Amino acid sequence: MIALNGVTKRYPGGHEALKSASLTIREGEMVFLMGHSGAGKSTLLKLIAGIERPTSGSVVVNGEDVGGLRPRAIPYLRRNFGLVFQDHKLLFDRNVFDNVVLPLDILGYGRREGARRVRAALDKVGLLGHEKVMPITLSGGEQQRLCIARAIVHRPAILLADEPSGNLDAAYAAEIGELFRSFNQVGATVVIATHDAQLAERLSPRLVTLASGRIDTAPVGQA
Amino acid sequence: MKAWLRQQTRALGSSTGKLLRSPLATAFNVAVLGIALALPAILYVALVNLQDAGRAAAPDPQLTVFMDLGTTRAELRDTETRLSRHQAVARVRYVPREQALEDVNRLSGLGSIVDALGANPLPDAFIIDARDAAPAALSALREDLARWPKVAFVQLDAEWARRLAAVIRLGRLALLLLGTLLAFALVAVTFNTIRLQILTQREEIEVASLIGATPRFIRRPFLYYGALLGLLGGLAAWGLVGGTTQALNGALGDLGRHYGTAWALQPLPLRDAAALLAFAAALGWLGAWLSVSRHLVSGGLR
Repeated sequence: MIALNGVTKRYPGGHEALKSASLTIREGEMVFLMGHSGAGKSTLLKLIAGIERPTSGSVVVNGEDVGGLRPRAIPYLRRNFGLVFQDHKLLFDRNVFDNVVLPLDILGYGRREGARRVRAALDKVGLLGHEKVMPITLSGGEQQRLCIARAIVHRPAILLADEPSGNLDAAYAAEIGELFRSFNQVGATVVIATHDAQLAERLSPRLVTLASGRIDTAPVGQA
Repeated sequence: MKAWLRQQTRALGSSTGKLLRSPLATAFNVAVLGIALALPAILYVALVNLQDAGRAAAPDPQLTVFMDLGTTRAELRDTETRLSRHQAVARVRYVPREQALEDVNRLSGLGSIVDALGANPLPDAFIIDARDAAPAALSALREDLARWPKVAFVQLDAEWARRLAAVIRLGRLALLLLGTLLAFALVAVTFNTIRLQILTQREEIEVASLIGATPRFIRRPFLYYGALLGLLGGLAAWGLVGGTTQALNGALGDLGRHYGTAWALQPLPLRDAAALLAFAAALGWLGAWLSVSRHLVSGGLR
């Protein structure tokens, strides 16, 4: 479903965030990208989502070479994904409902069907009843869950999450870990970049370790 | 198709919402656009009216030959005969001084003043249709007739019509220049308005593009916003033109009454008003399009 073959990403200025990384993720897998910050985890997610292009090597998603896609095809690639951002990227000028409905607007859903799906997504992350609330009034954990609701509302086949438990205390992190597990159980491919070893231990996913841009191929901690 | 239509209406809805959410800013923008469009539109209305007035007043060039006051009946008959035999003259009509006085009484309302004069101050006159309406031929005929005995003065009635035509030509040119300049102003205003919007909505644009929005989807509300702004500006301009003609008509009516005519400016014809609105909306759209093309690319949108 996702295949990286000898991918190198060099940023302007010469910094190499990834060095000939190869990785295959099968449909329905749950994969944790582990490593210290700066190890290349975020870059790897960005390459998969077509936010960055590889300097060399190929990134293939659903049989399509992401690096070779024409710019106008990129939006359609991204609709396969649900993206959970480290900094949430919520829109603070609109309420919870309008934040979550955005992907459905982009896909052209009708109001009624859209509202139904938004409520379903909010229910899953435990924010049902907060539709009219402005995101600024939510706690950090709630904002993260709101971001997850927006990522799953259009039922993507692949969920990409960058440090989803980043600034959360252990209890919140555990909650969010359970959320990802449940999406994985209903068939979604889940790729999470994190340095949270506790989370990894709890969910026992396939672990891929990155160290200064290289993939450590040993399947550490495979259950 | 259904989804496409839905996205169009939704973009239109969100643009309308944006316009309504900041009513003061919208009002000022609309006022600027309205005034910019109203200036050439008012000039246009003035020209159209001037042209109509000119056409109604004097379609064919005529010469009026005024005789000396003391001219006898015999001399008048001689002059009439000579005129009707003149090669360059197509038709002669005699206007006796008594009839001229009657006309003045009837048409101008100056009767009481004329009465107060006691004697009729008006001369006998001949109105002549020339065979050749070319300006050179008319001038030659006028000079020829002016040298005749007992002729006081020859007036070329078409002269003012020609001057009017020249003035209208000049006005058209001014309208074109003014219109072009102000159309540019309209594009510039929408360009800047949209630029500000893109800056304030940078986050929304970024998030939307990250989760799969096409550039077209992101552009659409801005384009609608520009077109709507232009359209509102056009409506404001239409209102301004209507108000101006209405206000001028009151004063013109008073003035006209003193001259014994009913003067009134025709308002902007409906077809021209529709063209104004379409033009304004198109310019607003263009300004938005330029802004979006310029700023969304430099805004890091892939």
